[in-house]
Amino acid sequence: MASKAVSDAEAPGMAGAPGAPGGPRSPEPPGSRLPHGAEGAGTGGKYVAPTVAGAAKILVVGPLGVGKTTLIGTVSEIEPLSTEAVMTQAGARVDTGGERTKRTTTVALDFGRMTLGDELVLYLFGTPGQQRFLPAWRDLAKGALGALALIDTRDLAASFDALGNLEDLGLPFAIAANVFPGSPRYPEDELRLALDLLPDTPLVACDAREHRSSVEALIALVRHLIDTATVTTQSSEQPR
Amino acid sequence: MSDGSPYRPDGQGFPPSPEGRTTSAVRPYVITGGRADAGAAPLSWESLVMAAETEVPATLQPEHRVILAHCQGLLSVAEVAAHLGQPPSVVQVLLADLRAWGLLVTRPPIPPAERADVSMLRKVLHGLESRL
Repeated sequence: MASKAVSDAEAPGMAGAPGAPGGPRSPEPPGSRLPHGAEGAGTGGKYVAPTVAGAAKILVVGPLGVGKTTLIGTVSEIEPLSTEAVMTQAGARVDTGGERTKRTTTVALDFGRMTLGDELVLYLFGTPGQQRFLPAWRDLAKGALGALALIDTRDLAASFDALGNLEDLGLPFAIAANVFPGSPRYPEDELRLALDLLPDTPLVACDAREHRSSVEALIALVRHLIDTATVTTQSSEQPR
Repeated sequence: MSDGSPYRPDGQGFPPSPEGRTTSAVRPYVITGGRADAGAAPLSWESLVMAAETEVPATLQPEHRVILAHCQGLLSVAEVAAHLGQPPSVVQVLLADLRAWGLLVTRPPIPPAERADVSMLRKVLHGLESRL
């Protein structure tokens, strides 16, 4: 890969993240124990509002500890849930080390939900970035609108696998640099070079603990998806 | 949509159930009768499902029953799996059963043709913008 670590350019710190409001926004009570009835329906309850006609999904990808679950928890109307994807073969060797190769292993995926308007619900799936998890991505990526790739500027190299996976899958994405205390702030062009980004791939800074900042990162992604879709439509105008 | 066999009160619509099970826990694929796939078109993780307004037959397996108890409103397949603490791949099989028996209704995800559809993406955009 052409990417190399950005030189130790001194970070011209963008104004520090506004006083971090105590970690992830505390979500509404999940009400996940309710066995019956519509009392849980609507945003914040267990159930999706009955008016919702369809679901879409976006992947939130990145290395361990980059803030995927934090971002999902910040924007989700339900407390993030966790589930396990079963993964076969590839990478199992890495996990077990050595001869006794496991055939399957599982990878934990956290996800959250946003009801958008009356008819649409958006699911955000946090997907671990390591290359060995690529098999777990394939199904999940199927039908996804796109992906938000979170990076930590303190360890850019940790993001390379996730970006490679996205490129392999052909999933459109935007990059959000999650701002940690003491994160170096590189000039945008240096970051783009280090991450080997296409010129039209959005790159935004965000604070995954902040609602507005996280939603804005998602908006940057969706705007990019709209641009991409528009271009695709125009270039494929010819009937088959 | 569901072209599977309808539920039959004599229980013949059911998959082979592991009779006489008395252990407190079984490995996930015992629950599914060893089936690892949910048929031709498994429900995707974001598919929305809900129990049909039909009386639940008394002969229904406990695993299916538990799912229906969690599906009294719309939920995604992933949420059902998370609430049950089972892998989605297992839950997909059980949900496909319930759908085939007419005990579960589904709202499929946005069809592929519409996914790249700009008007749909704009809906997502506007929805997000209204959350700012």
